[in-house]
Amino acid sequence: MRNIGVIFRRELTGYFATPVAYVFLVVFLALAGALTFYVGNFFERRQADLGPFFNYLPWLFLFLVPAISMRLWAEERKSGTAELLLTLPVSMTEAVLGKFLAAWCFTIVAILLTFPIWITVNILGSPDNGVILAGYVGTILMAGAYLAIGACFSAATKNQVIAFVLTAALCFVFTLGGTAMVLNFFGAFLPQGTVDFIASFSFLTHFYSLTKGVIDLRDVIFFASIIGVFLFTNTQLVELRKAA
Amino acid sequence: MIEISAVTKSFGPILAVDGVSFSVQRGEVLGFLGPNGAGKSTTMKVIAGYLQPTSGSARICGFDVVEQPIEAKKHIGYLPEGAPAYADMTPASFLDFVAAVRGYDGKKRAERVARAVEATHLDSVLYRPIDTLSKGFKRRVGLAQALLHDPDVMILDEPTDGLDPNQKHEVRTLIRKMAPEKAIIISTHLLEEVTAVCTRALIIAQGRIVADGTPEQLEARSRHHNAVSVRVRRDVAETARVAFGSLPAVERIEETGGSQGVQFMIFPHAGRPIVEQVSELVRIRGWSVDELFVERGRLDEVFRDITQRPV
Repeated sequence: MRNIGVIFRRELTGYFATPVAYVFLVVFLALAGALTFYVGNFFERRQADLGPFFNYLPWLFLFLVPAISMRLWAEERKSGTAELLLTLPVSMTEAVLGKFLAAWCFTIVAILLTFPIWITVNILGSPDNGVILAGYVGTILMAGAYLAIGACFSAATKNQVIAFVLTAALCFVFTLGGTAMVLNFFGAFLPQGTVDFIASFSFLTHFYSLTKGVIDLRDVIFFASIIGVFLFTNTQLVELRKAA
Repeated sequence: MIEISAVTKSFGPILAVDGVSFSVQRGEVLGFLGPNGAGKSTTMKVIAGYLQPTSGSARICGFDVVEQPIEAKKHIGYLPEGAPAYADMTPASFLDFVAAVRGYDGKKRAERVARAVEATHLDSVLYRPIDTLSKGFKRRVGLAQALLHDPDVMILDEPTDGLDPNQKHEVRTLIRKMAPEKAIIISTHLLEEVTAVCTRALIIAQGRIVADGTPEQLEARSRHHNAVSVRVRRDVAETARVAFGSLPAVERIEETGGSQGVQFMIFPHAGRPIVEQVSELVRIRGWSVDELFVERGRLDEVFRDITQRPV
């Protein structure tokens, strides 16, 4: 398992060795700010909380997170380094986890760099910082789930564009699963139990319940299982390539 | 140290490797020859544990590459085709990464990296991103990565491809130097390389082994084996041709031109040595001869013969 750390460090420094990291950070922070302050009417609401910020994050992640995850495996396969990595004495689990954790860590850095918004709200009023903390925990978990889905698709193809599009599409479905649009649609002809089941797979439902300030174990387990399932599939996909 | 038995690998309907078996002992350098698409790289990928064989097995130092992949990989140094490396890293950080994965820490790691750098003469480019390096340096980074942990088994897919003649010579010297303690497989298109470094050559065509022997044994299969090339002055050319042709062991004579004098290639019956008879004849007749040498055989000819024959 020590190799998880070795791969993790290589991957993480890899982000900062190219402009990818800086472009991503700048774009993410600019968009997060714009959405919060302008689209989210942060000032006009006259409420000391980060509601507008957290509301828009899932939609921002929808197209920014697949941009991080798309290169995880696809790039290695394209450049041939996958052959190198997989013929070194590392287990598949170590490789998958090392890569995922590095991508997640990078995303967490991006999320934490939104701290000026938190400072702003603390200067202007006195928000409930517990709720904000829970919101950040939720954001990090949700980003992890998006990344796991993305890592999985990245392992399925050599083509980064395909990985990006498929990841964004599946994440969209998972995210949208909790909106009124989808739930009303299903509610018209499905029994309430089934609709609840669909809603239970929604990222938004679990994310918003966390941003309300309650770190419910069920929500945490939900995101953790999504991450687990997709990383396991990721491992299997890479194994499958060997046998192909 | 390397035991390959009945390895078959198919990609869908395409049979890339078809029942290949061989073994390589310590001290051997096995040259893997074959036309493009013959299954050389696929076989090497199976041995290195990157591809799973459809059937059959590969064992490295007693470890099956499918059953005990990690143990097997610890004993292998592998240079994949095209020497891939992380383009955004420098050779220094890349080799440090590989050494870390290989389980070296602290001082030991630095030592290993330093030794690999020294062996492959990478010191001048150590801190430049790999994607800015020339093909020759990239290849050497790949080699450094493969020999870093002093493995028992080395699998090198076209180690000298893209190198200039000096670099080729260096890499071959390096391989020869490592050879006594290791089992090495190299694949190559260059037949001169086989004579230069290999103790044994294996020719593979359409996924099957079609020839296996020392470079000398393969050369002996050439029609040029033991043929004698002689260059005589133009005025005695006709007499010489008749005289050579009347030697009992000579099968055939070809005139191969030449700007000064006339060059003959004298082929013996069944590859028997005839150089003594030919030189004796030249001496008795007192012809002045500018050049006389024995052909060992031509590998490229054997290679063409064997690989183009329908399997």
